[in-house]
Amino acid sequence: MTWRQRLAPYALGFPTAFWLTLFFAVPLISVLSVALMTGNPEKGFTLTWHWSIFWSSFKQYHTQFLRSFYYGALSTVIALVIAYPMAYFIAFYGGRNKSTYLLIILLPFFVSYVIRAFSWQFILSNDGIFLTFLRNIGLVSKNFTILHTSFAVIAALTYDAIPYMVLPLFVALEKLDRRVVTAANDLYANPVVTFTRVVLPLTSAGIFAGFLLVFVTNVGDYVAAGILGGPGTTMIGNVIQNSYLQDQTYPLASALSSILMIVLLLIIWLYARVFGTEAVEQAVA
Amino acid sequence: MDNRERTGSGPREPALIDATFHRGLTEPRHSRRQFLMRAGAGLGALGMGGLLSACGIQGTEAAASADTFDWAAWWKRQKPSRVLNFANWPLYIDTSHGQHPSLEQFTKQTGIKVNYFEVIEDNAPFYANIEPSLKAGKPTGYDLIVMTDDDWTVFELVKLNRWITPLDHSRMPNFFKYASPLVRNSGYDPSNTYTAAWQSGFTGIAYDVTKIDREINSVHDLWDPAFKGHVGMMSDNTELGSAGLLAAGVDPAKSTPSDWKKAAALLTQQRDAGLVSQYYDQSYIKALETGDIWITQAWSGDIFQANATGFPHLKFVAPQEGVMLWTDTMMIPLHAQNPVSAMDWINFYYQPKIAAEVEDWVNYICPVPAAQKILRKEDPPVGNSALVFPTKAESSLVKGYYNYTTYAEYNAWNNVFNPVIES
Repeated sequence: MTWRQRLAPYALGFPTAFWLTLFFAVPLISVLSVALMTGNPEKGFTLTWHWSIFWSSFKQYHTQFLRSFYYGALSTVIALVIAYPMAYFIAFYGGRNKSTYLLIILLPFFVSYVIRAFSWQFILSNDGIFLTFLRNIGLVSKNFTILHTSFAVIAALTYDAIPYMVLPLFVALEKLDRRVVTAANDLYANPVVTFTRVVLPLTSAGIFAGFLLVFVTNVGDYVAAGILGGPGTTMIGNVIQNSYLQDQTYPLASALSSILMIVLLLIIWLYARVFGTEAVEQAVA
Repeated sequence: MDNRERTGSGPREPALIDATFHRGLTEPRHSRRQFLMRAGAGLGALGMGGLLSACGIQGTEAAASADTFDWAAWWKRQKPSRVLNFANWPLYIDTSHGQHPSLEQFTKQTGIKVNYFEVIEDNAPFYANIEPSLKAGKPTGYDLIVMTDDDWTVFELVKLNRWITPLDHSRMPNFFKYASPLVRNSGYDPSNTYTAAWQSGFTGIAYDVTKIDREINSVHDLWDPAFKGHVGMMSDNTELGSAGLLAAGVDPAKSTPSDWKKAAALLTQQRDAGLVSQYYDQSYIKALETGDIWITQAWSGDIFQANATGFPHLKFVAPQEGVMLWTDTMMIPLHAQNPVSAMDWINFYYQPKIAAEVEDWVNYICPVPAAQKILRKEDPPVGNSALVFPTKAESSLVKGYYNYTTYAEYNAWNNVFNPVIES
């Protein structure tokens, strides 16, 4: 075997390895290493390997962590419940207008998330069009507010998640062989049973992909809580942003980011275990 | 691949085993798994290299030698130049048809061309932007920058790192003749060694007179249960903490860490009682305009502008416990290439006529009281406004922010007040 042959696999792997190193491993390891440093901006930071920061920072911000996972999970489930019928309708009854419907769902993405969040702030404000209307018809009292509540934050997260949820579900439903539905009917399955025993299991890959896309982004979100939230709705993303940019407590911010990543990976791993790797592969494909 | 090794399907001698088969039996193959493992090992090695080379972040603390530097002699050596690179915040200078009349007059009078950059959106990001150059001992590209005195970054620039060139007082007679006492001899720069004010502002209370029909005059009004859910507080922890300190009856500039804890307890109690709608950045002004909040911590200039643009029912008050005064201040970063031009501009700006021109457009607090006479004639709403030219009564209520002396102190402040906001 010549040296060229020996080198071949490394050469073939180089582009991927290079890409992953530059844009994944280096940032990840630098985040981890910063977490293990102590110091301050004036004296600089040095690596001191104090692993205890992971526990202490989690303890300090466990409320925000738990809240982020709670908001993330709840918004994902609500988005799934809303998005599934939408995707079902488009895939099964969309006909030749399928792409139009999909375009309509994607349309909000033409505007940045931050700007949309600010528009919601404008619409939902106390003297805004929505609440003024509700007050005028006597549905809500003068003191009723929507903004700055956890309802507003979860609603914003859900709202932003729906397109991410619809697309993979649509793909899964579109790929579903329609004859199996007919077959289920022929075998005397009623519509409910057909849906729960046939359609739903066959589109689990889409649900899985939607879950990944939405849950992971929503747990780490800080825009919704920052713009539409109030006291008692701070998410872990807001804490990380603040400690990086304002307080310059880089080790704390890095430790919190690392914990967030590790916990998310664990959840995804568990979820993949339960759902089976087949679903993962289908979702990736 | 080597020609000799090619395993084609051409005619072969039957006695020989197929070369590929032979190799397969005797030589290791590169399985997919091995391939991934090796790629992973290479990746890990590269990553470890990155880790080892990055096992520390350099601090910004300067060499102490700057203390003994002879700045008078340095200033004597500086030659006038024809350019000034001026970094400022957006919408913070007189503007007419895309031009800045005050800057044009400056150019006309001195022959110095001004490159005006509206690049400062916030103190910390701008500081992050110029920090690498300063750390490396290189010019930042700006000869004059404008940053906020109560901000930690200005402390870093001026005191900790000595990254600011001391002003040449002999070149700014107009400052000493016309500058308001409010912007002189402040806590952060007692004899204006490094800084000359651009604009100031008050942080006080603003409220909506259509929603609140009683007189507001105290910081404690922000704690009134009648406004439950409609009180705005600032997310800037310097502002928030200072409001808490005023409510606790402490002068923020003279406060101690135990006062901070008392203030934080008051702020936490205010939050937990459901009074606070949100901790706002400058978006509080929109929330006030749209009726989300009825009463809020506020910056004077915002309320002046809101009054002028269709929201006359918003009122700014300087609370009796004290009104916080902050100043956006002009500084010459170290290694600036046109320091003399920067001094010339500072001196030029402090003429009442020019200050009035800028003020008529900016509407914060003018550092030149003599500009009031001019504006009373030219633009009475601005000239007569107590928000632009504070009255004696208001000026007597002015309080300064706490001046950090070390990073540890700044960190301690953050640790006390951040939990109020990050709930």
